[in-house]
Amino acid sequence: MIASILGYGAYIPRYRIKAEEIAKVWGQDPDRVKLGLLVESKSVPGPDEDTATIAFEAAMQAIERAGIDKSLIGAVFVGSESHPYAVKPTGTILASALGLNPKHLRAASFEFACKAGTEAIQAVIGLINAGLIKYGLAIGADTAQGRPSDPLEYTAAAGGAAYVLGPKGDSKAIAEIERVESYVTDTPDFRRRQGAPYPEHGVRFTGEPAYFHHIINSVKLLLEKLGRDINEYDRFAFHSPNGKFVRNVARRLGIKDLSRVVSLDIVRKCGNFYSGSTLVGIARALDKANPGDKILAASFGSGAGSDAFSIVVKDRITEVKSIGKSVDRYLNRAKYIDYGTYARYRGILVMD
Amino acid sequence: MYMGIIEGTFPPRYRREVKYRNAFVGWRCKKCGRVFYTPRKRCECGSREIEEIELPREGRVVTRTVVRNPPKGYEKYAPYAIAIIELDVDGQKVRVLGQLADVDLDKIRTGMRVRATLRRIRAGRRGLIEYGVKRVPIEE
Ligand SMILES: [Zn+2]
Repeated sequence: MIASILGYGAYIPRYRIKAEEIAKVWGQDPDRVKLGLLVESKSVPGPDEDTATIAFEAAMQAIERAGIDKSLIGAVFVGSESHPYAVKPTGTILASALGLNPKHLRAASFEFACKAGTEAIQAVIGLINAGLIKYGLAIGADTAQGRPSDPLEYTAAAGGAAYVLGPKGDSKAIAEIERVESYVTDTPDFRRRQGAPYPEHGVRFTGEPAYFHHIINSVKLLLEKLGRDINEYDRFAFHSPNGKFVRNVARRLGIKDLSRVVSLDIVRKCGNFYSGSTLVGIARALDKANPGDKILAASFGSGAGSDAFSIVVKDRITEVKSIGKSVDRYLNRAKYIDYGTYARYRGILVMD
Repeated sequence: MYMGIIEGTFPPRYRREVKYRNAFVGWRCKKCGRVFYTPRKRCECGSREIEEIELPREGRVVTRTVVRNPPKGYEKYAPYAIAIIELDVDGQKVRVLGQLADVDLDKIRTGMRVRATLRRIRAGRRGLIEYGVKRVPIEE
């Protein structure tokens, strides 16, 4: 066991746009989109929301559930590909707004396409095990943008989750991360150059050599090291670029019961949270967990790589579940907006 | 007034005010216990011993007004509501002025429970992004 999860929190904006609404604007067939992606709608950040404000909501809840003295938090690491600034860390904004103690505080923005959040978790675990900090906040959040009319426009969504991590054996642990394995190669599947408003992707490279290859390798490595069969896990969270990829990777990994894959409902209703995707998935798995349950989670980041986590749930989970909002409460609230409002909120209309 | 009604974003001003705009900070007179939501050097009781406290995140709407013709830089958020919110600080009722977010304007009611969160107050395409406290409804 390498570290404890003391508290967690997720956040998804209330606005949604349906696949039909986007398809109407571009003259595309909505049923083909919905069946092809297994995504019915996606979350849209409000006009005053961004990665920092999403991270803030998630972090407040994580700290509340952890029930620790927040002045003991020694790191705020935020993974995202939509940090508010190109240069100025998101963590400093959060630390100030959360009222953290500036003394001995580390803050950094992480970037690894969609797996920046799980990289942030690993960095915090490293600092804890090195004895440099007692507790740390690791966050993954995004307000992703797809080029208008691009297939990514149906899925690029907004959401995030935060984790308060501490040393193994901590009395406030709600779960323990028992092992992490990573797998990384240089893959040309998806990228965005500095200053470019939208990412570009090579369709041929996004599936097989990218998403599937990396997740399957990191998960196999994890199971091999733990000497465990995948069906010994109670719940699964995978990075979710769309529902179809998640369903396929689950089948190929040999998962027998797809209802244990908690990511499928999230991506179907709210789309892809990029750096927040796997972390919100883990949060939903924790929401549904009982003491002793095992959770397997695997992120994917283009470029490319995957981090696979094995998590064992502890008794204190039953105490914290009643605090704050579950992921399902966020999934089930929805204020549907039309494409015009979406365009205004997302800044697709240029005003200055 | 630190609840988002701020003109211009200049680094020195940002630095001076950031803590009061982004965090849920208030002030309390150590002598008589009166709570303020703007910084002051001296209490009405004459005491100069004023401490900083964290204000509760939850409150209730007392009254509101809707801004439909916003000042320059706030067009993206209009129409939006500004409300007087009552906070309960250890039994003392403290009223603050603030912007509401994520709310259907026709559904704002007196007594409605709201919770403070961090939102963008104003942001151009360049320069500093102003963050500040806004309040969102607590969904029952
Ligand atoms: Zn006084």
